[in-house]
Amino acid sequence: MDLIANRISHHFGDLAVLDDVSFTVSAGEVVAIVGPSGCGKSTLLSILGGLLQPTSGAAELRGAPPADSLNPLTFVFQDFALLPWATVEENVEFPLLHTQLTAAQRRALVDDALRRTGLTDFRRTYPKQLSGGMRQRVGISRALAVKPAILLMDEPLSALDSQTRELLMENFVGLLADGGMGAVYVTHNLEEAARLADRIVVLSRRPGRIREVVTVPMTRAERGEAAAREKLLALQNQIWSLIRNEAIDAEREVQHA
Amino acid sequence: MLDRAGLPAKDETTRRVRFRGAGFVPASSRFGGWIALALVIAIWQAAGSAKLVNPLFLPAPSAIVRAIYELAMSGALWQHLSASLLRIGVGWLLGTAAGVVVGFAIGLSRLARSVGITFISALFPIPKIALLPLLILWLGIGEEPKIATIALGVFFSTAISVYSGVDAVPRNLIRMAQSFNVPFATIVRKVVWPGALPAILAGFRITASVALLLVVSAEMIGAQYGIGAFVLQAGNLMQTDQLLAGVVILSVFGLAVGKVIGWLEVRLLRWR
Repeated sequence: MDLIANRISHHFGDLAVLDDVSFTVSAGEVVAIVGPSGCGKSTLLSILGGLLQPTSGAAELRGAPPADSLNPLTFVFQDFALLPWATVEENVEFPLLHTQLTAAQRRALVDDALRRTGLTDFRRTYPKQLSGGMRQRVGISRALAVKPAILLMDEPLSALDSQTRELLMENFVGLLADGGMGAVYVTHNLEEAARLADRIVVLSRRPGRIREVVTVPMTRAERGEAAAREKLLALQNQIWSLIRNEAIDAEREVQHA
Repeated sequence: MLDRAGLPAKDETTRRVRFRGAGFVPASSRFGGWIALALVIAIWQAAGSAKLVNPLFLPAPSAIVRAIYELAMSGALWQHLSASLLRIGVGWLLGTAAGVVVGFAIGLSRLARSVGITFISALFPIPKIALLPLLILWLGIGEEPKIATIALGVFFSTAISVYSGVDAVPRNLIRMAQSFNVPFATIVRKVVWPGALPAILAGFRITASVALLLVVSAEMIGAQYGIGAFVLQAGNLMQTDQLLAGVVILSVFGLAVGKVIGWLEVRLLRWR
């Protein structure tokens, strides 16, 4: 199943946020979206996931989702969006409750998702008892439980400290390698984009337009090797040079607002 | 290994950094309140026993306890208390049920919000006891107008706390549920209801007090039995020990309701 951004534009009142954005996320592909602050990255992701109606253009799907997928387009949120009154396993089971699955089938999916994110021993814990990194693992576990075709990840690591971020990034690489899942990964962190994405969509300052689409010239497995570090750094510098001046302008705009 | 190289020499004069982080973390002592209450009662009793206070104006605690005992033995206590409890119970349940339904409607529906908030804003400030004569005119001189007065008072406070609670449910949780195609009814049941519950239970504390206030007022205006009627009658006859016995019973009832709501909060909001 492919996800297509088809000439998407969006306004909040008089404020133009996105302008004629088009690209395709092919099955199993990871596309990162980067750009200066306020360029409409998260708005674009909400539109792609059907949580926001664009002013013009559309988010479209091509091809059938995998037969076992319970929610082909699944979000992983920046703020985790966990139900504080539910335990870890109840949070992971939450999106399965309204499906036709039996309790045993739901249990099997929850067990598998918790095992893949290393949360099996924390299943009866409440979110407030967990660290930020563990909470995001619950968010990822919940997303995995519904067997998504494409993950829509909205700065999933930005609320975490650098060590936790590094560990979770390694986790993402593993999950994306064995699931055949695609992803749209919104981030302001160019290192995350370079480490995880097959292609990087660079948006301009508001209203966000596509400035460039950069293909990462190596597999994700190769990027873990020491030899790849220099190439990844060069790629990050290339993207930074594209957005640097606009990022400075965006920062000034925030200060003067 | 600990680096001791920079530590001051024994004969060197140093000053300790002054601790500035004290206060602003009030922790209640488990027995402090009870000890203070016992102390006040003891002083009150001592003043009464020493005839420092005229018992007509302020009878001693022992006289109040005796009055409660005599009321209980004569059966009058239960007669008055049961009449008040019935009115409070039915009025509170009716007002709460209606308030929860209307509060949720206002919290979830644009139409209900635009209509409901206008009516609530207009009617909420009216002291509900002022409507009792009108309600007597409409419903007759039985239990109905008293129950309706309590229900009205409870209804508005409940509706406001419920829709405020629904408004306070984090929108990101609702968006999350929508992103998993969770149906509307399930979102209300599994996200909005538990999310609004802290505000709803806090509202129950307020409406319990409102109900107590209104039952006493209504019984003072027109009732033969009930704690309010009893207190008024005792006041008219200058039986201050009986009057204060009624007040103590009201206080105990308020405390009991507070304990029940506290227990509910512990049971239902243990995730906080």
